[in-house]
Amino acid sequence: MTGLDRFVFSFLNADVAARYWQSIAEGFLVTTYLGLAVIVAGIPLGLLLAALRSFRIRPMSALIVVFADIFRALPPLMVIIILFFAFPYIDLSMSAFTATWAALTLVLAAFAEEVFWAGILAVPAGQQEAARSLGLRHWQGLGLVVLPQAVRIAIPPLTNRAIAITKGTALGSVVALHEILNQASSGASESGNATPMMLGALAYLILFIPFVGFGRWAETRFAWKR
Amino acid sequence: MATLLQVFFNPEIIQRVWRFLLDGLGMTILLSLVVVPLGLLGGLALAMLHNLGRRSLNWLLIAYVDFFRAFPPLVLLVLIYFGLPFLQIDLPKFAAVGFAFFLNTSSYYGEVFRAGIESVPRGQMDAALSSGLSYRQAMLYVIVPQATRNVLPDLISNTVEVIKLTTIASVVALPELLNNARQAQALTYNATPIVLAALIYLAMLWPLVRLLSRLEHKSAALH
Repeated sequence: MTGLDRFVFSFLNADVAARYWQSIAEGFLVTTYLGLAVIVAGIPLGLLLAALRSFRIRPMSALIVVFADIFRALPPLMVIIILFFAFPYIDLSMSAFTATWAALTLVLAAFAEEVFWAGILAVPAGQQEAARSLGLRHWQGLGLVVLPQAVRIAIPPLTNRAIAITKGTALGSVVALHEILNQASSGASESGNATPMMLGALAYLILFIPFVGFGRWAETRFAWKR
Repeated sequence: MATLLQVFFNPEIIQRVWRFLLDGLGMTILLSLVVVPLGLLGGLALAMLHNLGRRSLNWLLIAYVDFFRAFPPLVLLVLIYFGLPFLQIDLPKFAAVGFAFFLNTSSYYGEVFRAGIESVPRGQMDAALSSGLSYRQAMLYVIVPQATRNVLPDLISNTVEVIKLTTIASVVALPELLNNARQAQALTYNATPIVLAALIYLAMLWPLVRLLSRLEHKSAALH
């Protein structure tokens, strides 16, 4: 066998691909579902925390800052390991899916809170003052005047952050969650062939290239015009 | 409460495992000291190539950057670590991890540096060239220093991400902090090593995260 033949045999093997594409497709569904669940829970939670912080009630703000700091400082894989391997010691067992989802949601919420908060700070204070002098309450001024502007500022950094954290779904393979990477590597070791890994890689590209493209577009589209 | 301490912060267990965890921390620091500078250099090289403004080259660079940003780093690592033996290439573990990190982190750092270089006004380059500097000198002494200062928060933030990312080396059993903590937890059947590792990561990275918040809010307040 020549080098090229050998490469094709181990990496682009049609027989192996035919046997394993289905399990990769199942992994694709799990990854997509998990990624969506993380975004749908993490971003609103971050927005809520940033909004609460804008009331500037000392103890509450301090708690929010501590939360955001901890989950920005801890590696996401560390958080998954804590939830999955440490919590069972106090009879709080959870599935691999729940552990990965909860960990990534907390991490995304922490980053989203910081991004939204920076957005709120970037909106001139006069906006809220004007809203209040028109008779709106703080939360009305926040929801109707400040947040719409803050969210716009927050979109580009938030998109990139959300993509980075959603890619963390691959970390679920460490706790044997049957997402793409896990399906691909168990397929590879079962068949003694790297083709399932290539299929997995392809699945990730199909899933994430559009988002990376959207991130690039959002950076120019929502750039703050000054 | 007593049982909680027994399970999560057991002094006896701490005594048994702290040396092992410290070894792991040493590996985490060593790995960070290798992959952060490599990623910075690679990223800077990408950004400087991009700044040459050759159209076809830029397409290639953007394809490279977007390709490796779309790939979860763990997938890249597994692909390299378990894929290379099929090509009959035998790479030492540390080198395989370093290579996977380089592909990923240089793309991210490259984007940051590119934004930084674009933020330096054109006149700076013109002035440097007209005062007799070569293009290379102008880049190195005039543009890059200003670009770096402009994107310092992003560079620090990215570096924090890279250090956090070193935990994925545990997947290929490189004996870094998380790997050792997991092993110690399995051996002692106690969660203390995991909690300890988390505290070490917090102690290491919390100051950087705080610094970042300060830098970001300061720049937001200036606008």
